[in-house]
Amino acid sequence: MNSAAPAVDIRNLQVRRGTTDVLHGLDLSIARGGVVGLLGPSGSGKTTLMRAIVGVQVVASGTVTVLGEPAGSVPLRHRVGYVTQSASVYDDLTVAQNIAYFSSVLGAPRSDIARVIDETDLTPFADRVVATLSGGQRSRVSLAAALLGAPELLVLDEPTVGLDPVLRVQLWELFHRLADAGTTLLVSSHVMDEATRCDRLLLMRDGAMLADDTPQALLGATGASDVEGAFLAIIASRGDVDADAAPPPARHGPGRRRHRHRRHARSVGER
Amino acid sequence: MNARRTLATAGRVLQQIRHDPRTIALLLVVPTLLIGLLAWIFVDTDVFQTIGPAMIALFPFIVMFLVTSIATLRERRSGTLERLLAMPLGRGDFILGYTLAFSLLAVAQASIAVTFAVWVCGLTIEGSIWLLLAVALADAILGTALGLLASAFARTEFQVVQFMPVLVFPQILLGGIFLPRDQLPPVLEAISDWLPLSHAIDALNAVAADSESAAWIWGQIAILGAFIVGAIVLGSITLRRRTP
Repeated sequence: MNSAAPAVDIRNLQVRRGTTDVLHGLDLSIARGGVVGLLGPSGSGKTTLMRAIVGVQVVASGTVTVLGEPAGSVPLRHRVGYVTQSASVYDDLTVAQNIAYFSSVLGAPRSDIARVIDETDLTPFADRVVATLSGGQRSRVSLAAALLGAPELLVLDEPTVGLDPVLRVQLWELFHRLADAGTTLLVSSHVMDEATRCDRLLLMRDGAMLADDTPQALLGATGASDVEGAFLAIIASRGDVDADAAPPPARHGPGRRRHRHRRHARSVGER
Repeated sequence: MNARRTLATAGRVLQQIRHDPRTIALLLVVPTLLIGLLAWIFVDTDVFQTIGPAMIALFPFIVMFLVTSIATLRERRSGTLERLLAMPLGRGDFILGYTLAFSLLAVAQASIAVTFAVWVCGLTIEGSIWLLLAVALADAILGTALGLLASAFARTEFQVVQFMPVLVFPQILLGGIFLPRDQLPPVLEAISDWLPLSHAIDALNAVAADSESAAWIWGQIAILGAFIVGAIVLGSITLRRRTP
């Protein structure tokens, strides 16, 4: 096992879904440890990139190496945790039954069940059937399942959608606790406010990586006061803001409803 | 493949069903009620004695086909299958787990149906009741295996239900319930020889009339077994870790 290998190393990754090129020749390297934010509008290829890293995405060409092994290979299935955008848990089981099942599939220690339920603040709901929980609670069940067995790399696709501000802060604290313990976290979000909580930011648009830096460096280089401004400045400097391509990514695209919600959110603080 | 993961999967499927008492009641009671209805319709004739054994083959087959195909389709659509395949779960663990869980349900269902048909409706079984149950169980597992396979070719619940007329109805029509298989037009008889349900119905009729040896009946069960293995192998090929 190569512990010096980067968490993720991607060379010339091309992914086609149907007739559209989602990723066209993407290169990316993510060092071990820390919380890496993957930001970009809906449809920019965030989920496809994450699926490629987890090894569930059919890839047209290029190599994806995770923790020194080919993505999706057998040894990685114990070492990588993945949370899909919609909660992938069983609605007709209780929280504890869901976690217990995933735990025995992983062969994680029994004590892990209580630990992950506690870490995601689900202890009061442990015996509730998932179908009766709110959207935010369901996505935390999905997150809890990914924490089982203490994976070295956690790939989280929009884990904070629909959570109330207090919970969101708590989850980010959890992410940093895990990162301090040596876990690498790749967290996607379309909420730019969350960017400042990351150790490193990847800005993605139209299947390409626009920027890859610390939040501070990104703001410094662009002179912008927030990440959204930095995003716009980078797009403008590339000169590809034309009439029909996107205005600010966070205000455009299929996820319109959520973005509107977000814009409103900025005026009233978090949420 | 790993026994712990297979058993955990079977246990989880049964847990899911336990949270749904209405489904359990429907699974266990409806076949029995329909057999009772059939016996009542033909109360003054000997038709029930002719088609009753075949009915015992039909219900576990149809019900398990439907339940399994919808349950696996739900796994595919909810993202839980993707999560499981990104974990160290083998495809065989997944399929065998489902087969095991539904087989247990099928045993319960077939036992109730056979008991009712024999003790309440007066169906005469000349041969061994255990052989009858063994055939009914093989039939239920066949339904489960075909259901797993069908779910791979369906994108929606509507589509998967439509697979029932495609995969199940021809087997019922050609299985010898409406007309004994040896009286079918030769082409149809040849086709029916290649349909698994025909062998199940032949075996059940033989047990009911005690017209064949136990070895012959086990031969029919072995044919069902071959179809089960074939459907499970094809089904596991369609379970892909990587999807477009």
